[in-house]
Amino acid sequence: MVISTEHLTYTYSAGTPFEKVAVRDVSLTIGGGEMVGVIGHTGSGKSTLIQHLNGLLKPTSGRVLLDGKDIWAAGPDIRQVRFHVGLVFQYPEYQLFEETVYKDIAFGPKNMGLDDKEIDKRVHEAAEFAGFPTDLLDKSPFELSGGQKRRAAIAGVIAMEPDILILDEPAAGLDPRGRNKILQQIREYHAFTGNTVLLVSHSMEDVANFADKILVMNNAEVFAYDTVERVFARSEELKKIRLSVPQVTNVFHRLAADGLPVPENVYTVPYAKKKLLRLLGKGGRSDA
Amino acid sequence: MLKDITIGQYFPGHSVVHRMDPRMKLILTIFYIVILFVVSNPFGFIPSVLFLAGAYMVAKIPVKMIARSIKPILPIILFTSILNLFFINGDSVIFTLGPLHMTWQGVYTAFRMALRLVLLIAGTSLMTYTTSPISLTDAIEQLLGPLKLVHFPVHELAMMMSIALRFIPTLVEETDKIMSAQKARGADMESGGLIHRAKALVPILIPLFLSACRRAEDLALAMECRCYRGGEGRTRMKQLHYSQLDFMGLLITVILLAVVIVLNLIPMPFLNWLM
Ligand SMILES: Nc1ncnc2c1ncn2[C@@H]1O[C@H](COP(=O)(O)OP(=O)(O)OP(=O)(O)O)[C@@H](O)[C@H]1O
Ligand SMILES: [Mg+2]
Repeated sequence: MVISTEHLTYTYSAGTPFEKVAVRDVSLTIGGGEMVGVIGHTGSGKSTLIQHLNGLLKPTSGRVLLDGKDIWAAGPDIRQVRFHVGLVFQYPEYQLFEETVYKDIAFGPKNMGLDDKEIDKRVHEAAEFAGFPTDLLDKSPFELSGGQKRRAAIAGVIAMEPDILILDEPAAGLDPRGRNKILQQIREYHAFTGNTVLLVSHSMEDVANFADKILVMNNAEVFAYDTVERVFARSEELKKIRLSVPQVTNVFHRLAADGLPVPENVYTVPYAKKKLLRLLGKGGRSDA
Repeated sequence: MLKDITIGQYFPGHSVVHRMDPRMKLILTIFYIVILFVVSNPFGFIPSVLFLAGAYMVAKIPVKMIARSIKPILPIILFTSILNLFFINGDSVIFTLGPLHMTWQGVYTAFRMALRLVLLIAGTSLMTYTTSPISLTDAIEQLLGPLKLVHFPVHELAMMMSIALRFIPTLVEETDKIMSAQKARGADMESGGLIHRAKALVPILIPLFLSACRRAEDLALAMECRCYRGGEGRTRMKQLHYSQLDFMGLLITVILLAVVIVLNLIPMPFLNWLM
């Protein structure tokens, strides 16, 4: 499914002294099956933008189109849109409420009106995709560790099998190992299902590692929306809006500035390792 | 959206009214309410209205805010007005409709009551518009100070009020967030009968309740870490001081009271048919 916005603008508390334009004139198209990273400074409007994509917020002006159709034109049943576009909020573990994890993951599918057999299948599949241990499904969500709760909550959205999955900082507040594991799992989900995934993150490393395209938000507007290579190639401009490029990219820029024959388009650690090994290999050792 | 409910209703600003001591504002508000009930001559309402209109202008609070604060009590005003219109006995009858008759006395009473209610709400709203909830509780704590002598827990009460006020916006925000999260999972809160809707609240209330408990625990811990142990011997960062401004306000209000009393005393025989 293709999702796009046309001149989308959203103003919080319009008409009061607290008025705040959180998204201004955003037009973009996200094709089916893409994996897009969304970055931007805190307060740049990322969360506001993504809440429009599943119809939680109604644009102050502009439109949101799902496969070319305005999601607000269809009439009152905006819920159908939410079954196609799944949204995992920041700190989703705080939304758990059922007696058991199983029931909580089943909440979404149940709202879709699926039968018990289908729900059962989806709960197990979703738990697996989110890396939630299936033998804990009968536990109360409140007995789990923070990381497990997070996975349970993510599974709750995946179980609805949305064509477009949006995650708002799914790795926030986890230890580095937990972060990588969750992001890896999302990457696998993307590869396996071929569904569109939008990943909001503060970490350039995460975005470089896991996304194909990057959407950079700055001051309520889209600063850039392009492939990883082309966005990070604009590192000077990114620094101007107080964003950075991945640490390894900085390292390679410095190495290049020192006259070493290294490429500048290095964004991930594994790739950097390969390049460095080749460089060192020239110096005599290739098995380092 | 829930966000649109303004609680506390504070409108930040730097006007003369904003800068008055919150204790004085509280006292003057009570004073103004008393004046409204002292007025018995219909002309007495004119200075009362002018006084409040002037205060709103000085405070730079838009007039539509008055309408907003009156909206919730509009049904009460209408209801009492209708009762007054038809059930006040008098001799200058306008028309009769079966057992009901409308009299000029009824019209006058209805008008007086409605105006009084509107002024009452507008007056108290002006205080909440121009005083932050925190300084308001500070003022209450200090004004009730003497009650400490009879072992009334003034400080604890004020602290509870401040905490409650402080957490209302947080909880509203949290409710909004949880509602959005459940809606994103297809929760349906807008349709269905009463029972269905009550059930739809469970996925919101449970996380909300848990988060409120968590916050309360965190706050208690944080207060204890900073050695909070009640009001005994506690000093304040923001000392309240009466300034010239406050005495000016007091003076103007006293003048208003005097004017109203004088108007009450002047005999106005041409109005007798209304009373
Ligand atoms: N409910 C709200 N009411 C009023 N203003 C809001 C609300 N939510 C967000 N804002 C404002 O809108 C702007 C954009 O907020 P948003 O949450 O979309 O930013 P963000 O990019 O997601 O930031 P972060 O990275 O910190 O999550 C901010 O300036 C914020 O203050
Ligand atoms: Mg956000």
